[in-house]
Amino acid sequence: MGTILSLKNIVKVYPNGVVANKGINIDVQENTIHAIVGENGAGKSTLMKIIFGEEIPQEGEILYKGKKVKIHNSLEAIAMGIGMIHQHLMLAPDLTVAENIILGEEPVKWKLFLDSKKILKKTEEACKEFGFEVPLNKLVKDLPVGIRQRIEILKVLIRNAELIILDEPTSVLTPQETEVLFKSLKELKAKGKTIIFISHKLKEVKVIADRVTIIRDGKDIATEDASKLTEHEIAELMVGREISFERIPEAEKTGEAYLKVNGLNYINEENLHVLKNVSFEVRRGEILGLAGVEGNGQTELVEILTGLREATSGHIFLGEREITGFTPRDIRELGVSHIPEDRMENGVAEKSTIQENIIVDRYYKKPFARGMVLDWKKITEHSEELIKQFKILAQSSKTPVSALSGGNIQKVVVARELSSEPKLIVADQPTRGIDVGSEEMVHELLMNARDNGIAVFLVSADLDEILKISSRILVIYNGEIVAEFDSPAKVTQEQLGPYMLGVKRDKH
Amino acid sequence: MNPIIKSILSPKFIFATIRVMTPILYPAIGVAITALAGSINIALEGIMLMAAFTGVMVSGFTGSLWLALFAGVAAGVAMAAILGYFHLQLKADIIIAAIALNMFASGMTIFLLYVFAHDKGTSSSLKSLVFPSLDIPLLKDIPVVGPMLSGHNILTYFVFIAVIVFYYLIYKTPLGLRIRAVGQNPDAAESVGINVKRVRLYSLLLSGFFGSFGGLYLAMGYVSWFSRDMTAGRGFIAIAASSLGGNLPLGTFLGSLLFGIVNAFAIFIAPLKIPSEFIQSIPYLTTVIVLAIYSINKSRKVKREVSE
Amino acid sequence: MEKFIVKYFHLIRTIIAVLIGIVISVLIIFIISKNPGFSLKSFFLGPLLSKGRFGNFIETASPIILCGLAISIPFQAEQFNIGAEGALFIGAAVGTAFAVSTHMPAILHITTVLLIAGITGAIWGFIPGILKAKWNTDELVISLMMNYVAYFLGLYLINYHFRDKSAGFLVSYELPKTAWLAQFVPGTRIHLGIIISFAFAILTYYFLYHTTRGYEIRTTGINKNFARFGGINVFMVIVLSQVLGGFLAGIGGMTEVMGLHRRFNWQLSPGYGWDGVVVAIIGRNNPIYIIFAALFLSYLRTGGQIMNLLSDIPSEMVVAIQSIIILLITAEAFLERFKYRITIREAKRKEAIDEPNN
Repeated sequence: MGTILSLKNIVKVYPNGVVANKGINIDVQENTIHAIVGENGAGKSTLMKIIFGEEIPQEGEILYKGKKVKIHNSLEAIAMGIGMIHQHLMLAPDLTVAENIILGEEPVKWKLFLDSKKILKKTEEACKEFGFEVPLNKLVKDLPVGIRQRIEILKVLIRNAELIILDEPTSVLTPQETEVLFKSLKELKAKGKTIIFISHKLKEVKVIADRVTIIRDGKDIATEDASKLTEHEIAELMVGREISFERIPEAEKTGEAYLKVNGLNYINEENLHVLKNVSFEVRRGEILGLAGVEGNGQTELVEILTGLREATSGHIFLGEREITGFTPRDIRELGVSHIPEDRMENGVAEKSTIQENIIVDRYYKKPFARGMVLDWKKITEHSEELIKQFKILAQSSKTPVSALSGGNIQKVVVARELSSEPKLIVADQPTRGIDVGSEEMVHELLMNARDNGIAVFLVSADLDEILKISSRILVIYNGEIVAEFDSPAKVTQEQLGPYMLGVKRDKH
Repeated sequence: MNPIIKSILSPKFIFATIRVMTPILYPAIGVAITALAGSINIALEGIMLMAAFTGVMVSGFTGSLWLALFAGVAAGVAMAAILGYFHLQLKADIIIAAIALNMFASGMTIFLLYVFAHDKGTSSSLKSLVFPSLDIPLLKDIPVVGPMLSGHNILTYFVFIAVIVFYYLIYKTPLGLRIRAVGQNPDAAESVGINVKRVRLYSLLLSGFFGSFGGLYLAMGYVSWFSRDMTAGRGFIAIAASSLGGNLPLGTFLGSLLFGIVNAFAIFIAPLKIPSEFIQSIPYLTTVIVLAIYSINKSRKVKREVSE
Repeated sequence: MEKFIVKYFHLIRTIIAVLIGIVISVLIIFIISKNPGFSLKSFFLGPLLSKGRFGNFIETASPIILCGLAISIPFQAEQFNIGAEGALFIGAAVGTAFAVSTHMPAILHITTVLLIAGITGAIWGFIPGILKAKWNTDELVISLMMNYVAYFLGLYLINYHFRDKSAGFLVSYELPKTAWLAQFVPGTRIHLGIIISFAFAILTYYFLYHTTRGYEIRTTGINKNFARFGGINVFMVIVLSQVLGGFLAGIGGMTEVMGLHRRFNWQLSPGYGWDGVVVAIIGRNNPIYIIFAALFLSYLRTGGQIMNLLSDIPSEMVVAIQSIIILLITAEAFLERFKYRITIREAKRKEAIDEPNN
């Protein structure tokens, strides 16, 4: 068993100046499943893009099968026998399954035309060889995600890939689908393939991987046999500190229910029942934590609560007032603030200045505007104050947000959302991908908000976070609330796990 | 019977429809190909102008129809290549780059017309060749159908072949499959090693190729000279024609046919006292209305599926 | 120095693009002209050499400024609108029709005519705007089509109902004197239109950067999701930006009729709407920069016309040159590698400084 791929001192700087990889070294052994783990923003995805030729590093070398190679584009990577399954599936929706699989190496007749018979034959053979069943003549857009992922893997196999990279493949799958996938991966390994498996789900890494590399802040921290590390050790290496499970001080008093959600249902554009009869309450002075594997309806739930999405049915109340169907502006006016899941997508306008980002929910209010006219002096003063108060590292309030680091961008978002005198804070993944210092600050701020009698609804895929600051915990699985824990101090990760994976349920 | 209604019901009307449809259908095929590859080419106006101008100049100076054809197509394809280079390589916004190229073509053709023919209006001082018209044996003798379909310019017959070529290209060749894949999900195409930029470049070059024929037909078939800005917005109408037809071969043909009918209608009712400006605005209004209805339906459909 | 380059990269790039355009013009003149020295002089200095020509340069700028503003507002909201041409044409036609059929005291007449033209233009912007906002119809194709509808309807209105048959040309009746914009510099045709366009540029600047609506438009343009998330009514922003664009274009057309020709005399669309796209891009959608970009463009235009008149180089060279300049300015990657190299050097230097502290 030799080394199939070896990365030496890889450095990648993006055109905007972000240094994603700061000298990464990894050796991947042939015929193994090698997991690469790290927090969001640690540089895993960039590294994979480099291996697959989608990004070109400024420094470092790549050795593939012992030879030094330069991979300029994915075509070269494919020709070498490297295949990649992207997190967002790469399929053309209006082409058939067979066309998608064969795309890029279409058999040709008379030197010019597609040979449709050969296309079918070739794809059928591949299906048989690797034991995958897919409906070859159906359009991709009519198929569920699990099958689409299998098409992706077939695409890679038909190109004779020996090294297969999977970028967080389970994030879109149900547990059953995940099991099927793992079985297939083990079979592929038995057939001699090498697999690089990217994840931040440590349990999965322990189940499937032979070796594991931990990446933090653009550097490789450790590479070990998976069996030699415990989940806890991997987690510590990932975040670079002793993980404290120490809970924040409990709330002194909790008030009446403020946010009331009643029988909420949501069916999306693809006709999937994303939220099923969701009901819960958040009281003043408590942090209600919603735990769950990502993609189980949390995003949609938060967007419905904040007016960004329309529920199919159900009712939402703030105090005694029904707010179902209100616009985002109406809801914010009633004192709801929202820390969004994807800060770059929703939380900020990157090219705008810090102050322009801070006023998005208040620019039309006194003292920032008199009638239609903005008072930039007041806006700057207010922003400078928040920059100081929230310890945002920036030259001035007129610095564009794009010039800030991830943690500081999140502080801009949090500064805005917590300074609007909210009565309810909806915090969706509020500490994702930010540094430890910022994370602790956000937790403290949420705790202070709680102690000031504000209702806080925390959505997080990070169980440590949920267990650390929640006053109560709900678990969501597949669009349903499946469990509720009233005293989180006594709850452990192990207890939450089976609910999050849909193995166990208390409610209904 | 009213002589105007009579003339509209005569085979001449169909003949005229086909004639005025030709210089819309060529660029519409070009637009459709780029649209299928996921970009919109609004530079057909400039491509056609360049091809028309080059064709006339080369035929005038060399006296060779073949050379004129090659030069005209080369000029149009070169325009498309410039658009491709700026959009794909230098990351220019394709719309703005195309607007710039249309201006360039308009200015440059007049500039060169003056330099070579010392006239800023038309090339009448320079004798241009025209592509021949064909009387189709047998067909031309059939009553009614004969006068409709026979006696057209050879480039008009080619446009029907072009539609068929377009169909086969898109559905039956690897390049067509790749063009559609790139248009539907460029990342998917990229992930299997398809060079997305190259496929888009090919689609632009093809649009330049088809568009050039439209320009050549205008200057060397429809009339026999070049005049400033003679495309008169046909490159833009082509966008409407192909979007009406969903950028598919048959649809693009029918969309262009609609514009052909309306334009022919405008010509035929000219003797009436109905202002021709009204008639001429019909195709554009039709496009606005049809595109609006199309998108309204589309957004309703999404909603309906959700609420079911 | 390097920081300076990164900071003012856009400005530097714009200047380089303009310089390239000018160098190409000089080359063309040298190749084609029999008397290149004289041609160059009339092109580059022509507008300054006589009062009348200087006047032409200023006159030409005013509709271009207004159309540049008309394009820049939707552009700031990330809306494509190339319908300024149509809004200008129909605005001027309807404005003319209104002006020749009404009698009012001067100031009132001028104001109402401009308003009527502006509102007509605004309707032209409203149609693609509402279709886009409500049903996501492609505003590009719609605004293109609306240009033609405007053209034919405008021609119909003038040629069939307001045509001055005694004029010998296809032109409208002359506007009543109460609807004239005064030509206030003796020896030139410079008219109040230039003051109006400057005023609107300043107003637009103020609107975009100092009012709540302007903030909404810019924020929506930078990140639509963020705007929606923050409670901005994105639907309203899209429609408003197109309506305002159409309004300014309509006024742009009307000032030209009221100040310069005093009749509607366009049988072809004058093309100012497309010039608007050009100056909006050169001026990076900033109303103040747009003034300069428009002055630059009209200077080139006027120089080109003078050269056309006095020497053997046709003025259309300018159109070709301006298109090359825009191509270079919109080409994001043009000189990008140069900037990238500097950015990398900066980033590494920063890393090197940060490292020991960690």
